[in-house]
Amino acid sequence: MIEANIKVNEQRKKIHPHKFTLWVALGSIVMMFAGLTSAYIVKRDQAAWTSFPIPRAFWYSTAAILISSVTIQMALKAFKGREMLKYRNLITLTMALGIGFVALQWLGFRSIWDQGITFKGSGGGQFLYIIAGLHAAHVLGGIVALIVMFIKAYASKMRRYNSIPVELMSTYWHFVDLLWVYLFIFFIGIR
Amino acid sequence: MSNEAALHGHSDVAHAHGVDIHHEEHGHHKETFITKYVFSQDHKMIAKQFLITGMIWAILGGLMSVLFRLQLGYPDTHFQILEDLLGSKWAKGGQIQPEFYYALVTMHGTVLVFFVLTGGLSGTFANFLIPLQLGARDMASPFLNMLSYWFFWLASVVMLSSLFIETGPASGGWTSYPPLSALGDASEGSKTGMDLWLISMALFVVSSLLGGLNYISTILNLRTKGMSMTRMPLTIWALLFTAILGVLSFPVLLSGFILLLFDRHAGTSFYLSDIFLASGKALPNEGGSAILYQHLFWFLGHPEVYIIILPAMGLVSEVMSVNARKPIFGYMAMVGSMFAIAILAFLVWAHHMFVTGLNPFLGSVFVLLTLLIAVPSAIKVFNWLTTLWKGNIRFTPGMLFAIGFVSMFISGGLTGIFLGNSTLDIHLHDTMFVIAHFHIVMGVSGILGMFAGIYHWFPKMYGRYLNNTMAYIHFWITLVGAYLIFWPMHYEGLAGMPRRYLDVSGWLSFNQFGGLNRFISTVAMIVFAVQLLFVFNFFYSIFKGRKVITQNPWGATTLEWTAPIRPGHGNWPGEIPEVHRWAYDYAKDGREFIPQTEPLGSNESAH
Repeated sequence: MIEANIKVNEQRKKIHPHKFTLWVALGSIVMMFAGLTSAYIVKRDQAAWTSFPIPRAFWYSTAAILISSVTIQMALKAFKGREMLKYRNLITLTMALGIGFVALQWLGFRSIWDQGITFKGSGGGQFLYIIAGLHAAHVLGGIVALIVMFIKAYASKMRRYNSIPVELMSTYWHFVDLLWVYLFIFFIGIR
Repeated sequence: MSNEAALHGHSDVAHAHGVDIHHEEHGHHKETFITKYVFSQDHKMIAKQFLITGMIWAILGGLMSVLFRLQLGYPDTHFQILEDLLGSKWAKGGQIQPEFYYALVTMHGTVLVFFVLTGGLSGTFANFLIPLQLGARDMASPFLNMLSYWFFWLASVVMLSSLFIETGPASGGWTSYPPLSALGDASEGSKTGMDLWLISMALFVVSSLLGGLNYISTILNLRTKGMSMTRMPLTIWALLFTAILGVLSFPVLLSGFILLLFDRHAGTSFYLSDIFLASGKALPNEGGSAILYQHLFWFLGHPEVYIIILPAMGLVSEVMSVNARKPIFGYMAMVGSMFAIAILAFLVWAHHMFVTGLNPFLGSVFVLLTLLIAVPSAIKVFNWLTTLWKGNIRFTPGMLFAIGFVSMFISGGLTGIFLGNSTLDIHLHDTMFVIAHFHIVMGVSGILGMFAGIYHWFPKMYGRYLNNTMAYIHFWITLVGAYLIFWPMHYEGLAGMPRRYLDVSGWLSFNQFGGLNRFISTVAMIVFAVQLLFVFNFFYSIFKGRKVITQNPWGATTLEWTAPIRPGHGNWPGEIPEVHRWAYDYAKDGREFIPQTEPLGSNESAH
């Protein structure tokens, strides 16, 4: 019996396969942005490079996504503590912050665009639209997942205490947050 | 038990497994035709879907090569039947038109590299063998696995549809270099065909990523009890490295494609600069770099060739050891060399760009790294030969294809040493020598490895054998034919005959190859016909082949042969087998083979 228990405990320590899959997927997404940002660096050293101003909206969006990381972490904690009401409120807040982030990014793009930096050319601005746009698409994917969780949290009569989906969600959300922080610092530092 | 325990707490998955443990005969009551054959989440069915889709693509891709070989072998002849079949736009007067010729070579490359030797090869064998050889009920996420196939299917449909549009499919080469691929005005194929090509490839990348994630996660997390990493068959090691390469390099390709799409449609000029069209019109794009695309493309493109060859290497290692009735020679060296190949795969991409404007000093670094690949490759060849050495060889069709693979890999690998040198590349680049090299070392080797796998595991897939007579005819004509097709191309290439050209008869210096080109084209047609024989054998044997009556027909040690002859979803009707030894206990202690499930004897030490 004791031996069997030890074995179960050993299995528990192993990372859940879905979590592992997510980590590999994050590695894959990192490679995509690594490809784009290294293209950016190579391109910057060549002739006819043009720069772009950092719009104020990006500072606000950064704040929004950073706060949303805190709220989703609190949501996970609430879920694990089985405080379902708090959990529902917190993922709703996270979702709102995520939508706010994408909207602020859009405003940021608009303000750069209005300064005459359009798709014409191959400078920093054009890269920014694509790189930050792809990042926003990844955030939108996260929002879709959050909406699914939101519906499940409100609609289902069955109580679910399996925390794996919530953990996967929070890992992904922290990832897109960190990714944006990296990109933001990158755009500020290398222009 | 271990994977069920690992999934403990995930009620959905655990439940699904609980239901599907039943043997196939008992499992029917829950399955409909749709869930069993179409939207199946069973890894074995998904593998078969990949295999058959890949075979359809192989026939189409092969047929394309027959068509353009017809042009290369008989540039002046009018084949009326071509005009009748293909219409007067593509084959006016029975001659392949230039636009169509370029479309054919482009699609041949795309289809064979991605849809057959990546989707068809990895998709089939990773799906089929990973759970069966590791002792898992299914993949880490059967649902993502199903999505992986259906994205592949969508990519296939889009690519296929591009063959039927008015301006024709993409025709800028399988590498789709800008500016040709970026400008619709530059060629017919760069219009809608190029967009469909990019959409299809993006879907293909998604499919590869979903598959790859699953393979890695399954291999690292769902091994049965006792199956340590160093007890895994080499097939699994190979598929693991393949998946890692794919997951790390395909996203970069996607980045390159996204920039290309913006250049095509949004007016950016990432890849475009100072371009005058043939009409004399100047384009406004400035500051772009065509070389940038090449870097992004080949950062995938080079790992891609290992994505093709590594699974073939794994399959060959396994088939060879089973049929030589000997343990694979140097198991850890095999794993180590695959690891080295996987690392080097990311460090050599610029050897595809030696003459496209790369800094020559940078080139010398890439020469060194490229030539380094000879070391792990040679280790592998040595180990295969020593596995055969004094083996008790059974010349099954699978074994013949495995030996054929090694022969091809040696022949093609040697010319790699020529091409890896940037100075020799000044002469050899873009000649038929390159065509000969990569077709032998990657194309033919890859497909021979795939055939080895199909002949060996067909009994496990369908519970029946392929017909041996047809298999031997298939093997010998394919092997001899492949050499006859590609070996002479080395001479043409050394003499400077360029690749991709519609017609070289205008060059007096290449007229000497007229007869040789006709010869190559004739052999290509014969070899293609023999592949159709294989296709017939395949489908005939699914329904009418000799039935498998023993669980372990090849006398192999690995776990897939401990499952029922026609395993249901869940693979093993009872408990998952436990593993006590490595996968290569052949000819040991006076026994022919000892299955991995057999506990260690008192006189044995653990491996």
